[in-house]
Amino acid sequence: MNRAKSIAFTGLCVALALILAYVELLLPPLSAAIPGIKMGLPNVIIVFLLYRRSARSAALVSLLRILLVGMLFGNAMSLMYSLAGGVLSLAVMILLRRLDRLSAVGVSVAGAVAHNVGQILAAMVLLDTSELAYYLVVLVITGTVAGVLIGLCGALLIRRIPESLLKS
Amino acid sequence: MMKKQEETRPRRVRNDILLIAVLLLVAAVGALYLFVFRGAGNTVTVTVDGQLYATYALSDTVEVDIDSGDGTNRLIIRDGKAFVETASCPDGICVAHRPIFRDGESIVCLPNRVVVTVTSREQTDAPDIVV
Repeated sequence: MNRAKSIAFTGLCVALALILAYVELLLPPLSAAIPGIKMGLPNVIIVFLLYRRSARSAALVSLLRILLVGMLFGNAMSLMYSLAGGVLSLAVMILLRRLDRLSAVGVSVAGAVAHNVGQILAAMVLLDTSELAYYLVVLVITGTVAGVLIGLCGALLIRRIPESLLKS
Repeated sequence: MMKKQEETRPRRVRNDILLIAVLLLVAAVGALYLFVFRGAGNTVTVTVDGQLYATYALSDTVEVDIDSGDGTNRLIIRDGKAFVETASCPDGICVAHRPIFRDGESIVCLPNRVVVTVTSREQTDAPDIVV
C-alpha cells in the first residue's frame, strides 16, 4: 500500500472505530447493577488490522480512537481509564498475534479481558483501593463473552474483506 | 502455505477454547470465593480520594450525605445493608449498585472518588474511643 492510500485507509479505520465507540455509548447499559460492561465494538477494527495490516497500524488506530473518544465524549478521567484498558489490551493482542498460538477469536478474548483488567488496575491505583477485585470476577466473564462475539466478527472481516482492497 | 494454515487451524481453535475455559474457570473460582465463602461484614467504611471519611456499623440505621468536594452521595444503611440512594454524579452507577453487606463488597463512585466498603472488624467490648 502506498503512502497516500495507507493514510486514507488508516483514517477510514479510525473513523469506523470512532463511530463504533459512539454506537456503543448509545446502547443502553446491559446491566445497571454492574457498570462497565461493554461489547468493545471498536475492537473489531483493531483485530482486523492486527491480522490484515500490522501491529503498528492496529496500535495507531486504537490510540487515535481512544484519544478522540476521550476528547469528544469523555473527560480527562475517562480518558485515563480508556488508555489503561486500551494499552494493556493492545499489548496483549500484539504479543499473542506474534506468538501465533491462537486464532483471531482467542486474541480478541484475551484483548477484551486485558482491557477490563487494565481499567480495574487503573481504578485501583487512582482510587487507592484493592476492593475493586470484586468487579474483576464479573468483568472477566463478560469480557470473555464479548471477546468471543467481537472475535467472530473480526474473523469474518479478516476472511471476507478482499486482499485487493488492502493492496495499492 | 495454504496447507500449513489448514493444519494449524484446529490447533489454534483448540487453544482458543482452552483460553476461554481457563478464563471462565478463574472467574468461577473467584466468584465462588467472593459469594460463597465470604460472610457478611459488620462495618461500613467510606473513603474519599483514598482518605478515610467515616465508618459506620452495618447494624445501625444511617442516612448521611458524603460530601467529597466534587459532589455528594447519599449513603443509606438499613436492615444490615448499605446502598447509595442518590448521587450528584451524572452516571449514577453507584446508585444502581445493589445493596452491599458481604465482607469486601464495595460501591464505587468514580466521579466523586467515593468508595463505600463493607469490612469485618474484630468485635470487642472495648469502646472505640476513650474520652
